[in-house]
Amino acid sequence: MIGIEAVTKKFGDSEILKKIDLDIQKGEIFTLIGPSGSGKTTLIRLINLLDTPTTGKIIFDGTETSAQEKARLSVRRRMGMVFQKPAVLNTTVAENVAFGLKFRGVEKSQIEKRVQAALGLVGLNDFSLRRAITLSGGEMQRVSLARAMVTEPDVLLLDEPTANLDPVSSEIIEDLILHINRELHTTVILSTHDMLQGQRLADRIGVIMDGRIVQVGTTNDIFYHPAGKDIARFVGIETILNGIVTTNDGGHATIDSGNAIFEAITTIPPGQRVMMYIRPEEVTIAIRDGDLPKTSVRNQLTGTIIKMVPFGPFVRITIDFGSPLTALVTRRSADELGLAVGTAVIAGVKATAIHVLPDTR
Amino acid sequence: MSEIIEGFLQAVNMIVTLNPDLLQIAALSLYISLCATLIAAVITIPLGGLIHFREFRGKQALITLIETLYSVPTVIVGLLVYFLISKSGPLGFLGLLYSPEGMILGQAVLIFPIILGLVISALSGISLNIRDTIVSLGATEFQGIFEIIREARFAILSGVILGFGRAISEVGVAMMIGGNIRGETRVLTTAIALGTGMGEFSLAMALGIILLAISMMVVFLMKFIARRYQP
Repeated sequence: MIGIEAVTKKFGDSEILKKIDLDIQKGEIFTLIGPSGSGKTTLIRLINLLDTPTTGKIIFDGTETSAQEKARLSVRRRMGMVFQKPAVLNTTVAENVAFGLKFRGVEKSQIEKRVQAALGLVGLNDFSLRRAITLSGGEMQRVSLARAMVTEPDVLLLDEPTANLDPVSSEIIEDLILHINRELHTTVILSTHDMLQGQRLADRIGVIMDGRIVQVGTTNDIFYHPAGKDIARFVGIETILNGIVTTNDGGHATIDSGNAIFEAITTIPPGQRVMMYIRPEEVTIAIRDGDLPKTSVRNQLTGTIIKMVPFGPFVRITIDFGSPLTALVTRRSADELGLAVGTAVIAGVKATAIHVLPDTR
Repeated sequence: MSEIIEGFLQAVNMIVTLNPDLLQIAALSLYISLCATLIAAVITIPLGGLIHFREFRGKQALITLIETLYSVPTVIVGLLVYFLISKSGPLGFLGLLYSPEGMILGQAVLIFPIILGLVISALSGISLNIRDTIVSLGATEFQGIFEIIREARFAILSGVILGFGRAISEVGVAMMIGGNIRGETRVLTTAIALGTGMGEFSLAMALGIILLAISMMVVFLMKFIARRYQP
């Protein structure tokens, strides 16, 4: 649907986007995730043709977008965009939603009908005569969504649509995005710095860091097979260990991290330096009393708890086994096991839960 | 002090008795300044929109120049317009000198920079978010400028009111272009200047009070109209 070919964007001397290549498929939800300031907004604005790339091409539905304002306008009119900061014009909700249709010269009677339908989509039918600036942030963002959708765009762009919203409003917006994609088959491009939101919404994810697309893949690819240390950190993998492959028996390898020997699944041959990524929710914790338990979990690491941080219904526990290892357990199980800083524990990690990548340094 | 009280009483008396001289002068003042404001506003609002929307070299310098011209002395404008429309001037053939139309032109020129500058400033006050939203919704340049002007309508109105205030209260242009001809180009401010010169302080005071009363009515009216046009 949209092709981005070798796109760079400079503002003055600083290069915000560095040779971006992307291909967005018709009908998918493509999520751009990356830290603040990585270039997400700049890229989405380029796709919406609000700005022009310094070099490179943007291809919309098979045709390269031109530099001529008239042609850009007609392409722009096939997209809808929701900005990070909810922005409404100082008039009624209905008139706000009507703008896109008004600009396209749609008949008045048609406008009224379609505005009501769009407000119905976001559940704001009763708000049509309210002054838009008196709404809450979440409601304004729903108005923005209705305003973008009323023109029935081929592509819906959302730039961190929930970054300024409370959790309840965010959930409403997320549900609406899924609904729009699944029921209306609108192609959705969404940017977020919230990797969990990316995980919830995306068919495919593009990770953008420091102006470069560093990995594109399915949610599973990105969260369980990150292509590098920075990506791993960003997607919430806290434990990253260095090691050397010592044996490899048909893909079942042993890796020496210096403090412990790990078993993991990888094709990397013996002698190679590797990095091991372990997601905190993949680490189990047992109390250490006497012998090691009999279990299918291949890696049993003995250590002591050095840090416990509450995290919603979970507790993030850091265990020192010579190196730090982070586990995410429910608060209830932490309470029942009587876990505290200083408790001697055994951390379990299945061989399949360790993601191994060659150490490129 | 007694002049003020006397002036106030005389003002009330002149208004209540519908003094024909006063009515003519007040009506002419209002006519000239409203026309000047209207002409200046009709030109400056879209022009301000264009200056705000377009990026070009020297934009900031232009805006600084416009803002500098806020404080141009009325007599300088009077002098320039005088050259322009006097018999030997380029617009001399129009015969505008010592006519109300000439005064309208002079006042329009005088308040042009104020309204233009305040329109640009009002538009700059609209957040970039709103501007982006409008462009993203598929507005043409013209539609975009129109909507942003609408969004900034209250701030723009303040600029227009200020322009009107400067027009109706100025003496320089009215005196130099109009000539203070009784029954033809005499307006409130020139009548006040003349009255003071002739020692008729309470008459001057009365005219001053009436001028302020007229201004107040115009401001109320503009605000009323603006409020009618909001949803």
